Amino acid sequence: MEHITLLLAIVIVTALVFDFTNGFHDTANAMATTISTGAMKPKTAVAMSAVLNLVGAFLSVEVAKTISSGLVDESGITPEVIFAALVGAILWNLLTWLVGLPSSSSHALMGGLIGATVASVGFGGVDGGVVVTKVLIPAVAAPLVAGLAAMLAARLTYRLGRKTDQKATAKGYRAGQIASAGLVSLAHGTNDAQKTMGIITLALVAGNVLSPGSNPPLWVIVSAGVAIALGTYLGGWRIIRTMGKGLTDLQPQQGFAAQTSAASVILASSNLGFSLSTTHSCSGAVMGAGLGRKGGVVRWSTATRMFVAWGLTLPAAGLVAAGSEFVTKQGDWGVAAVAVFLVASCVAIWFISRRQVIDHTNVNDTDTPAEEPAGVVTTAIAAVTPPPAGDIKTTIHAAAEPEPARTATV
Amino acid sequence: MKIDWAALGSVFGVSLVATVALVGLFTLGVVSLTKQEAATQAGGSGSLARTGAYACFALCAAAVSYGIYLIVT
Repeated sequence: MEHITLLLAIVIVTALVFDFTNGFHDTANAMATTISTGAMKPKTAVAMSAVLNLVGAFLSVEVAKTISSGLVDESGITPEVIFAALVGAILWNLLTWLVGLPSSSSHALMGGLIGATVASVGFGGVDGGVVVTKVLIPAVAAPLVAGLAAMLAARLTYRLGRKTDQKATAKGYRAGQIASAGLVSLAHGTNDAQKTMGIITLALVAGNVLSPGSNPPLWVIVSAGVAIALGTYLGGWRIIRTMGKGLTDLQPQQGFAAQTSAASVILASSNLGFSLSTTHSCSGAVMGAGLGRKGGVVRWSTATRMFVAWGLTLPAAGLVAAGSEFVTKQGDWGVAAVAVFLVASCVAIWFISRRQVIDHTNVNDTDTPAEEPAGVVTTAIAAVTPPPAGDIKTTIHAAAEPEPARTATV
Repeated sequence: MKIDWAALGSVFGVSLVATVALVGLFTLGVVSLTKQEAATQAGGSGSLARTGAYACFALCAAAVSYGIYLIVT
């Protein structure tokens, strides 16, 4: 850990901040449907996801050797470029969280890297073909694949279970959904925490602390795992609400179908060499499951906003990163200025978010976020709104079960 | 620029088959289990339905284990 310069320390802290935003941005992927169908209580769900993310971070020793997947020429990369890229990615993550839209953290990071590299060494440093094959095509393919699978699966499960009592089977579907969601969390921890480890390692190599090609030190693995788990536990409730309730209304069967589809797509894609974004797969799966029920609707206005956000992810993160890189290039004061800008923006976004708080108490409310800043009344109403019907049913169901036994013994 | 259509196609196919098969299996398990409960309540044993349900769940558990194996390796 010796010889870490101030700049390197800033880069490491920024990378951990990105990891943290990645965690709370992506909680929705694993847990949005689990929470909205009432399979788990909101707090329990994010706690489970956080633990599995942490476990996932330690599971694999296979570290992503190239963080940018060949997008940019990594040989000329400096700690400043990584810093600028992270600034772009963090700000985009926070901004999409503020408006409650799921968008890919990996795409934000890629966009940041592209932007920073272009500002640093020009367009020659970016491989345009790789941008198409690794970013654009997966962004279109992921929701289609996951959506189609989830739709067919939801249809099938409704068809097979059409003669059974909805209430009797709901418990089973919820259990299955929790298993699928756990798998998604685990896969997320392994993939995304490693991404941060890769970035920190790359920064350490670029800063001549580590020799090229070395594995990340233990403290990097631990801190990256803890950062992503903390972020997950904090829960990006705004995004969870959009994904669990905003896109469509999910019953336990659909939630199960959606989560299983997401887990299959993520595992298949990462093992068959065509990497698809977790966020895109999960959103697609949710929409597909929504369409898989007779009379099910997808709120296309929300979906459209989400698609627009996906399209903007790369250029927006890239532009911010390019601007940051342009300033950091000016010298030490530039780095300081960008760091101050980052902190100020984060604080500003946090303050704006406090105007209408969305947390575990009102994550399942269906009303769309108000356009104007909500007053105390709205927040108070939101706080006392009863949980959705699904929750109550299970409680009653569970409470009602031991009843007959008791009367029998009396 | 080379797009790996074969890889994309296999991801598409594998995801589709895996999802539908798993969800189908699990649904069969859940349905059999409720049938078994109904049979027990009606006075029957329902052991066939229960065995079927457990077989379905076992296969699903195997699939989840394989998923964890894929994550670890």
